[in-house]
Order: sequence, then C-alpha cells, then structure tokens
Amino acid sequence: MEKPNGLRCRECGRHYEAAPLHVCEFCFGPLEVDYRYDALKGVVTRKSIEAGPPSMWRYKQLLPIDGDVAVGHHVGFTPLIRAQNLADELGCREIWVKNDSVCHPTWSFKDRVVSVAVTKAREFGFDTVACASTGNLANSVAAHAAEGRLKSYIFIPADLEQGKVLATLVYDPTLVAVHGTYDEVNRLCSEIADKYRWAFVNVNFRPYYSEGSKSYGFEIVEQLGWKTPGHIVVPCAGGSLITKIWKAMKELKTLGLIDDVRTRMYAAQALGCGPIVTMIKNDTDQLVPVRPSTIAKSLAIGNPADGYYAYKVAKDSGGSGEHTTDEEIVEGMLLLARTEGIFTETAGGVTVAAAKKLIERGVIPRDESIVICITGNGLKTPDCLQDRLDAHVKIKPSLSAFDQALADLKSQPS
Amino acid sequence: MPVLVRIPTPLRALTKGSAEIQGKGETVDSLIGDLERQYPGLKDRLLDESGELRRFINIYVNQEDIRFLQAKKTALKDGDEVSIVPAIAGG
Repeated sequence: MEKPNGLRCRECGRHYEAAPLHVCEFCFGPLEVDYRYDALKGVVTRKSIEAGPPSMWRYKQLLPIDGDVAVGHHVGFTPLIRAQNLADELGCREIWVKNDSVCHPTWSFKDRVVSVAVTKAREFGFDTVACASTGNLANSVAAHAAEGRLKSYIFIPADLEQGKVLATLVYDPTLVAVHGTYDEVNRLCSEIADKYRWAFVNVNFRPYYSEGSKSYGFEIVEQLGWKTPGHIVVPCAGGSLITKIWKAMKELKTLGLIDDVRTRMYAAQALGCGPIVTMIKNDTDQLVPVRPSTIAKSLAIGNPADGYYAYKVAKDSGGSGEHTTDEEIVEGMLLLARTEGIFTETAGGVTVAAAKKLIERGVIPRDESIVICITGNGLKTPDCLQDRLDAHVKIKPSLSAFDQALADLKSQPS
Repeated sequence: MPVLVRIPTPLRALTKGSAEIQGKGETVDSLIGDLERQYPGLKDRLLDESGELRRFINIYVNQEDIRFLQAKKTALKDGDEVSIVPAIAGG
C-alpha cells in the first residue's frame, strides 16, 4: 500500500518526516498525517472497503499504519441504529444512533484512536505507552498496552468515577492519580512527555492517534449506504472527534466514494464545561478556557486543544452547538435508554440532550436525517443515576405478596 | 527578578538544548522580551505577527494558565516558574 507522506503542519504547511512528533517547531501548529490521496484514488473503493474485515481496519489504507495492525484487531464497525422510537419521541422523521458504547474492547470510541496509536508506538520501537485521560482513554490505553505487551503509565484526575478507575486498573498499568483537573494532568503530561521517551498517545503520538477517529465517520457514511446524513451531533471534549468525522467525509469525497458533503455538524457540551459551544454561540474563534464543573467528566476538558478546529467545523458546515445542564444530561441518558434500550455514559447524555434541544429550538429540522454520536458506555458512570433509579419493588417470595405489590403499583399515579 | 522558564522540545534548538532557562521580567510580556534578548528568535515563535500569543501555545505561571490570570500582563516575582507548553489533545 501507499505509505503516508510523513507529517504536515496544519497551520503553516511545513513538512516533517514520519516521527513521534506532534507540534510544528516553527508555529506550534498541530501536525497531521499527510496522505497521498492521488495514489489512493481508484485503489480505495467502496468495493475494496466492503471486502475488508468487520472492524475499523476495513479503512486501514486511510489510517496511518505502515505495517500490520499490532493490537485491537476487532475495534470498530459498531452498529448504526435506526432509532425510530427516539425519533417518534422527539417528533423527527429519521434519527440514527452510532453506538460506540459497544465498541470492542473497552466500550468507547477511544479504542479506535488507541489501537492506531499503540500499533504506531510498536512501529517506532517504543516499549512504553502513556496517556492523560478523563477515563475512557485510560481504559483503552491500559487494555491495548496489555494486549501489545507494552508497559503503560496512565495519568488521571484523582476524582475520576470509580468505574473508570477499576476498568483501568484491571489491565495492570501504572495508574497515576493526579490531584488536579484534567487540564492540569494534561499540562503535567506534556512536561513528562518531554522528559521520558514514552509513546504518549495524546501528546507525541497525537497525529496518529487522532486519525483513528476518522473510522467513526467512515462507518457512519458506509452504514448509511454510502450517504452522508443531514446532521451529526457530536460530543466535544478536546474537540478532535468532530473534526475527524468531518475530515473522514471530506476524504471519501476526495477519493470519489461519495458526492458533495452537505452535512451540518453540531458540538454537544456540558454547560459546566462548554468552551467550544461558547465559541460557536459567540461566533468567535478565540477560545476562553474554563474550569470544568460537570457530571460529564469524560468531556471535562476546559482547555480543548482542538477547540479552534471544532468551532471551525461547526461553522464551516453550517452547523451549531448546544450546552446541557447536569439535569438534562441525566434526562438524556434516561431518554436514550427508555426509547432505544441503549445505556450510554454521561457524555452520551450530553449528546442526546443537546440534540433534543437543537431539534426543539428548530436549529435541526425535524424532517432531515440526524445522526447522534454515542461514544461511551453507561456502566462506566452509574454514579449519577443512583439517586434517580431506586423505584424497584421488593417483596417476599409469595404470589400474594406480588399480587399486592402489583395492585399498589397500578394504583400509583404514573 | 529571575524566574525559571521551562522550554518545550520544539524550542530547544533556540536555547542550545536547554530545557530550563533563567529569565527576568515584571510581567510575562517583559519576560518574553528578556528571553528574546538572550535567545534571539524565541519571541517570533511565541507571538504572532500582531504580537499576540500564538493560538497553540499555552503559558503557565506556577502551574496556572495565564488566561486565568492577567494573560501577558500577569505579574512575575522572584522564584516563579513559567512553563511554555504546546496545546495537546485528550479525552
């Protein structure tokens, strides 16, 4: 296959050889993988992709892997579900849920980025991988490092949900809980990455890592029958996913696999940590960092590295964004579970709630196709539901006790 | 007022490979002026044509993002630690 042409600065265009580098030495702009699209045209086709494995690796030629896939062979190709019950509830014609709450192996879309980053770490000869994480990335790096027999150092904010801590520790990494916000953890990791020769998936491996997210966008298009939807609502933390879904659709267009991309992109964030949506609402490309305060901890990044680009995607596509309160987040989780039988984490609650508000405000028209991006699993963040969900019936093991309980239930106002 | 300045890898070619250097200044802005005198070329890498901090650079004074303080006007005192950190992804 055609290897990518090294890296390229997204801002000034300067070229770099393929290396574990993430920042342009000259303008500090982020580096991106530079593909040879001309050579891929006619080689990567709908047919060649459809003949691939039922995983994200059916798009391997559009991912920055030179050799064989080292870890995460079964990541991706998650269900795209026609969510008619949710559509009926919201008064819409066509809603789809792209369900990465069941992504293999750690139940979030982060498996897509990590399998690329860890494979790349092996290609570059690293024996240790690391990350700063709000939880999902921690789970995924620890799992894929275990599979790849690499050492791993995982840095998290000390107040992370217990479910996410356990679902990291089980893979036997070195877990470092830092007393501080994610942004503080991230800054620390940037300095650690400068000092130790580790593959920090979200620091020096960012150009490769972030490309994995494109597979989420490719899948949406392929699963819709090689069509782009009218609207995509995406949860935003660092802001990378929304830019990579957009890039994925543009790449498919460049390769001639689809027609023009007319999709409008929408950023979903919590009110307690919504700097990207604030940019969109204020129509400014200047990001003002915030101190996060939200139950959606996986989205609690107050200083998103890709905030500027996420804002640009929403704006350039004709989309928008929406903030959601903690109450709305829980309501969003419950709404998706109640209508579609999908249990998503708080970040998914943010996305569902934001989509609902955008539809109710008339920003997203009810008669066009809408994709809601569900990126993580609800079993990781049950804490926020504890107070809401205790209405089960407790009885003795007798039929009469059940009869009585049933009668009581029916007599209660619903 | 000497302060300790941490230099990220992309800028170390300008500081002869040093990861930590000493600088002087009443504010972050005047510190950048001092760094430019010591290591010519550094200022252009930190500030854009209009003199604003480049979009993808974060500066911290004692671990605090200067955008939460007084940005480039943030005051410095003896012994402060200033970190220059490129924006990084996450999640």
